[in-house]
This record gives sequence, C-alpha cells and structure tokens, in this order.
Amino acid sequence: MVKTLVDRRGFLKATTGAFIGTTLPLTNVRLAFAGEREDFTFAYISDSHIQHIKGNKFVRNWDRGLIRAVAECNMLEPKPDFVFYGGDIAQLAKPEEIDHGLELLSALRYDTHYVMGEHDYYLDLGEYWSKLLGDQWYSFDHKGVHFVVLNSILTDHDWTYNRWKDGEERMSVMAGLDDPRGSPFMVGEEQRKWLAKDLKKVDKKKPVVVLSHSPLQKIFKNWNFWTDDAEEVQALLHKFDKVSVLYGHVHQIQYNQIGNISFYSAMATAWPWPYPETYAQAPSHLPELTVPMNRADPFFERDATGWQFIDVWSGRSNVTYRLPENSERTVAYNKEKGHPEDTEYAARNIPPQNHY
Amino acid sequence: MKREFLKSCAVVAAIAISPYGVSADEFDEADLKEWNDAFMSVVEKGRAAFTDPTLGGSKNGVVCAQCHPNGANTHPETYPKFQQQIGRVITLQEMANWCIQNPLEGTPLKVDDPQMTALITYMTFERRGVALDPGKH
Repeated sequence: MVKTLVDRRGFLKATTGAFIGTTLPLTNVRLAFAGEREDFTFAYISDSHIQHIKGNKFVRNWDRGLIRAVAECNMLEPKPDFVFYGGDIAQLAKPEEIDHGLELLSALRYDTHYVMGEHDYYLDLGEYWSKLLGDQWYSFDHKGVHFVVLNSILTDHDWTYNRWKDGEERMSVMAGLDDPRGSPFMVGEEQRKWLAKDLKKVDKKKPVVVLSHSPLQKIFKNWNFWTDDAEEVQALLHKFDKVSVLYGHVHQIQYNQIGNISFYSAMATAWPWPYPETYAQAPSHLPELTVPMNRADPFFERDATGWQFIDVWSGRSNVTYRLPENSERTVAYNKEKGHPEDTEYAARNIPPQNHY
Repeated sequence: MKREFLKSCAVVAAIAISPYGVSADEFDEADLKEWNDAFMSVVEKGRAAFTDPTLGGSKNGVVCAQCHPNGANTHPETYPKFQQQIGRVITLQEMANWCIQNPLEGTPLKVDDPQMTALITYMTFERRGVALDPGKH
C-alpha cells in the first residue's frame, strides 16, 4: 500500500511537473479493500469562496485557487472515481457566485457530488443551490462503501427566520466567522431521523464515509469549528466497524479519532485560517493527534491552500493533502494504533512551525 | 547661577498651584471609566475597519477578518520585526498596509490615519495578555 502511494505521488509529480512546473495543491482520498472488493480513490475540493465584486468581476485570488485545484485534479493518475466538493462555493451565496464557481468546476472531468456550506446557504436558505445541485442531504453506495452527505450548517428556527431584516443581512452575519451575532451549526432533528432510517439498512461491516461541511466534532465554538448536535450524529454511526468523516469549513489540516470514527478535514482552495489556539482570548480543542500545517506565508497567496485526494482501502481512508510549493502531506489510518496519523511528521517527530 | 534661580522659581510655583503642595496626576474611578470608554470606542472602530469592504479604497471587497478572525495570526506582539519577505525591520502599521495593498487591492493608509490607529488598537486588544516579543519569528 505504501509503495502504491509512493508510486502514485511520483507519477503525479512527474505529470504536474511536465505541465505546470510545480507541485499542485490537491487532496485525493483512496479507499482500499483486501480481498474481493476494489480499492478506489476520489478527490476532494472545498471552500473556494468565489466572491463577486460587480458586473463580471470576481476576486482574482479565490478564482485562481479553484482553477488550480480543478486543473490538478484533472491530472490525477490513476483517475479518481469521482470528486466531492465540500461546500462554500460562494462567499455570500449570490447566484452570480454559485454560477461562476460551478462554471469553474465544470472543467472537472469527473462526476462531482456536492456538500452544502453556510456561505452557499444563508442568503436564500439554499434555494438557488438546490435548484442547480439537488438534495442537501443524500446517500449512495460505491464499490462496497456507503457514502452519506449531510447539511450540517443549519441552525435554530428563531435565528434563521426571526432575527434579520432580510437574507442579505442574515448571510453577512453568518459569513463573519468571528461575528458574535452568528449561531452554532447543527444537523438538526429532521436530518438525524433521516440518517437513522438511512443507516438502518446498512450492514455494520460495511464501511461508511460521511461528508459534512462543519466538523461533526466540537473544536472551537467561536469560529463554528463545531456542530452542536455532533454527539447525537456520532451516536448514529457507532454501530459500524469503520467510519470516516470528511469535513471542510476549517481551511486547515485537522484529523482526529473518536471511538470508531476517523475525522479528516479539507484545506480550502481560497485562503487558510489560523489554528484556534492562536486566538488568545478563548479556549479551543484542536485534536491532540493533529500535527498543524506550517504557518502560511501571506506573500505567496496560494500558500497553505490546496485540495486533497483520498485512498479508500479496506474501508479506511488515507488523505493526501496537496499544497503548492510545499511538501504534500498524507494522513493515513494506522491499523495498529487505531487512528489516523501523519505519515511523515508523526514518524519523524518533526515539529511544525510555531503558530502565534 | 541663573539656571539654578529659575529652577527654584519653578518649584515654588508648582507648590503654590497644587492644593496639597506635592502630588500631581491624580485620577479617580470616573476618570478611568472615561478613558477606558474612549479606548474601547477605538477598539470598536478597529473592529468595524477590520470588516469594512471599502477599507483603504479596496477594489475587491475582501476584508481583513476573512483571513484573520478575531485578528488572529496578526501577532502584534512580534512587531517591530525583520520581515524577511520585505528585507528590513518594519512595524505592524507597515504590515497592515501591505495587506491593504495586496489581498485588499487598496491604497495604503497614512500611519497616523485614525483608521490605522483603530486597526492597530483592535489587533493589539484581541492579543491582550500575550507578552511582548519584538523581532520574534
């Protein structure tokens, strides 16, 4: 398995080098199976925050991040089975932003599944997004794995319907990560009921991969690195032998293990966020397993952004984070230790750069 | 000799105008509240500037808080420092202006512009309690 990964990386580097002359940012996930089932990979792009200025003008920096991720994804070899888009195509959920983001994503040569982000939602409560992309929560099976997509960025009825003069005001408040007028995310009772019903028919030995925008674990409430009913969702997943949860929103590398559930975050294609402990005024709970990514260099605008590809093997996930002009990182499930770990940093005990 | 004479005149004058003869710069709770309110109003202005899509005449509507929630990762306690990408020692004001010119696509503020003062006040307030460490990387 390790050899396969090295070979793939070697191939990628050779390929991207030939076309672009640099290492590209990407996250690819591979799921692998011993025996009768097939291993496979999929790519995972998230948090592009396409931002409309006016007329035909969009923020160049964020456009470039998504264009780069799509181009790199198209060069993946072996070809991923599909792509997941992890949410926040748009900055303020404007139809212009969703349209432009999907136009850029239309260059992908693979089928793409979408996850709802809060920046796609709070202007019109997901109406435009759903018109183009369909259901906000759904499930499907692929090569022996059960995939579930949740809309985890909902919040309570009063905040959603009664507090704001219009959708624009509601969106602008929720778009401010640190805006104290925001509200904690949740999956909500309706979706949890749907999930319980959906999972009833799934054998406990079947690997389950869940995609949500916010982490289905509680890390830092101030910036909504948080889902209020995370424990209730986790409880619905406890009966399965192998569960991976993939989430966006946090714009940085995080990973964790809670019981049987392995958690992996996605980097953003747009911009990186500071790790929560860099805010000195509030407690945070970055998973202890996580080796942080290097501190971003603001003078290189793509630094600490990227995308990921995922190897699915024996129902477990290995996530490779592709960073521009920086070593890629692979966070792989370690069978002996029973949790994900960084294949380079954990073994060599290299301290990451300080964040402050 | 003349200087000595002037000095003693100044001392006599100071004693004469002070009701207690010695102390100066007295303040009470009401003063502290007034000064703190004035300070916090500038913190508020800094927060507003941090989320203002027109800061520095920004041409793209990007705001400081998009990359720096709660002013995080601005580490004001490390300035002035040798900013290796620029190649010299700079202040936090200069770094803020770099951000205004680049990610925000705006024009730099004067270092004594009230908005610049507010930005620095907000960033430093959000970092309160952290020890000064100028030059740190």
